[in-house]
Amino acid sequence: METDQLIRTLAADSAQRARPVGFVLALALLAAAPLSVAIFFAELGVRPDVMTAMRNPFFDLKFAVTLALAISAIAVSLHLSRPEASLQGWTWLLLIPAGLLVAGIGSEMMMPQRLPMMTRLVGSNSRVCLIAIPLMSLPLLAAALIGLRHGAPTRPAVAGAIAGLLSAGLAATLYASHCTDDSPLFVATWYTIATALVTAIGALAGSKVLRF
Amino acid sequence: MRERDEEWTGLMRSAISGDSAAYHRLLKAVTPVLRAAARRGLARAGQPLDQSEDVVQDILLAVHLKRHTWDANAPFAPWLFAIARNKLIDALRRRGRRVFVNIDDFAETLPGEPAAETAPASEVAAQLQSLPARQRDILQSIAVDSASIKDTAAKFAMSEGAVRVALHRGLASLTAKLRDQ
Repeated sequence: METDQLIRTLAADSAQRARPVGFVLALALLAAAPLSVAIFFAELGVRPDVMTAMRNPFFDLKFAVTLALAISAIAVSLHLSRPEASLQGWTWLLLIPAGLLVAGIGSEMMMPQRLPMMTRLVGSNSRVCLIAIPLMSLPLLAAALIGLRHGAPTRPAVAGAIAGLLSAGLAATLYASHCTDDSPLFVATWYTIATALVTAIGALAGSKVLRF
Repeated sequence: MRERDEEWTGLMRSAISGDSAAYHRLLKAVTPVLRAAARRGLARAGQPLDQSEDVVQDILLAVHLKRHTWDANAPFAPWLFAIARNKLIDALRRRGRRVFVNIDDFAETLPGEPAAETAPASEVAAQLQSLPARQRDILQSIAVDSASIKDTAAKFAMSEGAVRVALHRGLASLTAKLRDQ
């Protein structure tokens, strides 16, 4: 086919207009969320003392951190879905959850504690945390990748990694309401390892499926 | 250069809001620039220049299918060149795996050689054959016979809407086949 013929064909198809990437991403995440929520209620459930826990600022901090991660990763991934986008000027968004966590660790350090530091860090749910967060992430990660595939990310592995952060942030938000370990030290250790795992899966999958 | 960029941005804005003549003009206008860039890129990578038209068509298809990622408030040229760069890298990577990558052969195709006539593209045409018959017929009717959507619909006894859908699907799967080949 000659290029002029191709151009004519593309012009004939110009009435077909695609939805914005944000719309498709939101739709895909909404479709996948029930699956992650189902895994949550089938295997974990909300911790029984949630009403008292809510009065503990360190319990609430977990949600601030995980939601900050999810929201900033959504913003960055939408940005990266444009071909000319670079990460420059956007990475600070991803530092917000880390900053919250550091602030949390700092304030916990300044308060008198019943348990020694190592005990708080190791906690009692690390194994569940390392399994549950990646597991609940997977449907959301698949959805995020479907959403971003609709875009045109020129750095597919990076975009996939951000999709991993996004889905881990959402899954960790669910998990946080189950886990009885509220110390920011626990969150900084185990949530981070779980998130890193999902991010690596996202980068790997992204480098395969996000090429356009 | 700036004038050119502004013209492109203006044409693309009209195109997005439904002006298919502006879209046609824009694609015509960017093609020689893309062609020159593709030739430069292939030459720099030591690849035969006769593939440049395949790269150009690859870029045009990507531009078409990803145009919703262009922000109408941003200039068009950086977006276009980001897509073009991506497609060129993609093409080089794909061809890099093939056996004919031989350094000695490239010496003769390096720049300095007069820019030959545009070599015909073959990949889109080849992948066209692997499309479902209906999509292929419709694409061919519009591309090769330069029939309108309306005429094509009459020819195949389909509704215009069905022709549009088949055309769009055909272009999308053509692009997917080119990417995954």
